[in-house]
Amino acid sequence: MDSALLTLHDITKEFPGVRALSSVGLELHAGEVTALVGENGAGKSTLVKILTGIHAPDAGEIRMEDEVVSFATPHDAAQAGITAIHQETVLFDELSVAENIFLGHAPRGRLGLIDKRRMHREAQALLERVGAQLDPSTRLRDLGIASKHLVAIARALSIDARVVIMDEPTAALSQQEIEELYVLVETLRQAGKAILFISHKFDEIFRIADRYSVFRDGELVGQGRIRDTDSSSLVRLMVGRDVDAVFPPRTAKIGEPILQVSGYSHPTEFDDLSFTLSRGEILGFYGLVGAGRSELMQSLFGVTRPSAGTMSIDGTPVSPRSPADAISAGIVYVPEDRGGQGAITGLPIFRNVSLASLGEVSRGGSMTGFVDMAREFALTEKYVSRLELKAASLDQSVGSLSGGNQQKVVIAKWLATRPKIIVLDEPTKGIDIGSKAAVHAFMRELAAEGLAVIMVSSEIPEVLGMSDRIYVMRAGRKVAEFARDDATPEQLVRAAAGIETREAAA
Amino acid sequence: MNTQARVIPHRANGRLRRIFGSWEALLVVIAIAIFFINTQASPYFLDPWNLSDATFNFTEKAMIAFAMALLIVSGEIDLSVASIIALASTAMGFALQLGAGTPVLVLVGLGTGLLCGAFNGLLVARLGLPSIVVTIGTLSLFRGIAYIVLGDQAYSGYPTSFAYFGQGYVWWVITFEMVLFVATAVVFYVLLHRTGFGRAVYGIGNNPTAALFSGIRVPRVKFLLFLMTGVMSGVAAICLTSRLGSTRPSIGFGWELEIVTMVVLGGINILGGSGTIPGVVLAAIIMGLVTFGFGLLNVPGIVMSIFIGLLLISVIALPRVFGSFAGLHRKR
Repeated sequence: MDSALLTLHDITKEFPGVRALSSVGLELHAGEVTALVGENGAGKSTLVKILTGIHAPDAGEIRMEDEVVSFATPHDAAQAGITAIHQETVLFDELSVAENIFLGHAPRGRLGLIDKRRMHREAQALLERVGAQLDPSTRLRDLGIASKHLVAIARALSIDARVVIMDEPTAALSQQEIEELYVLVETLRQAGKAILFISHKFDEIFRIADRYSVFRDGELVGQGRIRDTDSSSLVRLMVGRDVDAVFPPRTAKIGEPILQVSGYSHPTEFDDLSFTLSRGEILGFYGLVGAGRSELMQSLFGVTRPSAGTMSIDGTPVSPRSPADAISAGIVYVPEDRGGQGAITGLPIFRNVSLASLGEVSRGGSMTGFVDMAREFALTEKYVSRLELKAASLDQSVGSLSGGNQQKVVIAKWLATRPKIIVLDEPTKGIDIGSKAAVHAFMRELAAEGLAVIMVSSEIPEVLGMSDRIYVMRAGRKVAEFARDDATPEQLVRAAAGIETREAAA
Repeated sequence: MNTQARVIPHRANGRLRRIFGSWEALLVVIAIAIFFINTQASPYFLDPWNLSDATFNFTEKAMIAFAMALLIVSGEIDLSVASIIALASTAMGFALQLGAGTPVLVLVGLGTGLLCGAFNGLLVARLGLPSIVVTIGTLSLFRGIAYIVLGDQAYSGYPTSFAYFGQGYVWWVITFEMVLFVATAVVFYVLLHRTGFGRAVYGIGNNPTAALFSGIRVPRVKFLLFLMTGVMSGVAAICLTSRLGSTRPSIGFGWELEIVTMVVLGGINILGGSGTIPGVVLAAIIMGLVTFGFGLLNVPGIVMSIFIGLLLISVIALPRVFGSFAGLHRKR
């Protein structure tokens, strides 16, 4: 065995209520590509943040060659020769390509001023090395995502990084651009860089990686050489075996159809989607990040308008122009971005819960009426106690609650509107195990009461454990639909990642 | 553990503790202190008629400040209010030249405020432009129109009945403006703290996206807030024009700064999302007392202007400088 360039030992990282990583190890070798595989929430992003100096690990050590290193800041990590290229590359839109490449280490002339001419010359050379036909003086905002990746890679070369982390670099690229990126990865490999490649797409892992490491629930569950494994063993490692164990049993009887969506389309995000949903049913939407699931849900909720397609609730056509319209039609949406779109963290719990039912808690029943605080507290109490919210008082600000309890506040807000259809977008993402179980049990309860539930989830056990039916999307289109008992983890992953289609074509 | 059926209390602290821990309580202390200093500074301070006269230096500004408070809580601002006064006053003067009586003059004043507010509101709420830029633009625009109409002229000769709004007494030393001040304070207090509309305003100021996702019609609420601010500027224009008895294009010049200072001193977070109307009432009284005290001591106007500038900066900076203040300031 050759010795590793970068070694992680027993790295542990905890966030309030969640253990994101528990004593994981990882080795990266010079001139090799290591694929990091795992579901959302498996701890991959946390690991990247530790490697790039954004988070400090609670325990464990990082070695560069044989030296123990620690990164207090992102700058330290960059100094040590580690650079990351993200899904949405973190560069500066308003700066030129050359300035982006050399930001923080630009060539200096006399008086310590930046030597622009030399900077452009060197940027030009680096861009040629990565095969980019770009003018170094172009502003970054005028480039597409693929070109931005090239700039990021040129930057990696310019700081002479030894470790390059690529976090789902192909998620937003076209097939042509992906091919070009593969060539670049090959260039980096030839140049002796150690590359950590994070991807959900099995075809690319098998095409470019030398080694793999699989994370599940913050633990390292397998690693080895790519040539010694195949996609089904990786999928097995990724999702584990105990899918059914922890989920509450189904009690709901599925009633008559309530929501009918047909031909829903969006100019860029999704195309020609149709489905029906019945009372008492939980319909799971599975797919990779960027498959267009959230965009579809937000369109049903009136945030964006579809370019084509119709929706009807209880047989009545509805076309919501705003969330307010959707709510009055009986459809509500628990967003994935809890702090940004779901909860108003600066306001107290009771004001969050009543926010979507202001008419209900006001005298006269309209929003301009006087708020009856007794009614407001009663409403809040009713729903948060059903959800077993843990809080010191109802006037505590939502921002001071744990993620799981924040989610309960958001759900309580929606239940208070007495909806017919509730859409939950990644309802248990980033929340602790206990709250997770409470949210799951509660979804079952709602279904049993005749509510129609849509659950968008990227966690396979959750999708299989909770859904009555599973709708799989890839790149904005429906690729498969399963009855719950017919679906296996392998089938879901293959459908979402497009493995089946590739093999069928081959 | 008694996790079973645990009832969560409504409030963490009792009513008294909430009141005494608030920014408003601090303002009360400051107001009393300045009052006391004023009594020591001049023997003429405690005269009822002097005190009554002194209220004019804040009542008109405060009426606008109440509406502005809601606007700032929602995360927006209107810097054109003083220019709306100028335009509304000019429009009233113009109507006067055409022979309008008092009722028509009032309608013209209110209508001009309404239109100006609607113009700001359309640009911000419908087109999504940043209010600070839009209202700096209309600050120039509205007063510019007043200057074009009037040049270096002035309108005067308002009817005697029109004088009541700015010079009339309801009872003894109680002016019409004081009554209007109290009435608008109550209206805006109820609107912000007791209605669903007020809840929506706080929601938008804290997180516009989550507010939209909670079914609040964000553009509509913002539009209404600009409309209210415009109308209140019209009301202030009527009072001020009535008090001065004439219209010059420079009327109310620089008031937007004092009004914003009043709102921020009142504990409204300049970034939106928190603050109360009682705080703004107290801030109005404090600024009135300080202005009056300076007047009694014959301090020149330019010093007052310096004081307002320093006050605005201190009120925003103090909570940052003294971390412990932040808790008080964030209270809503």
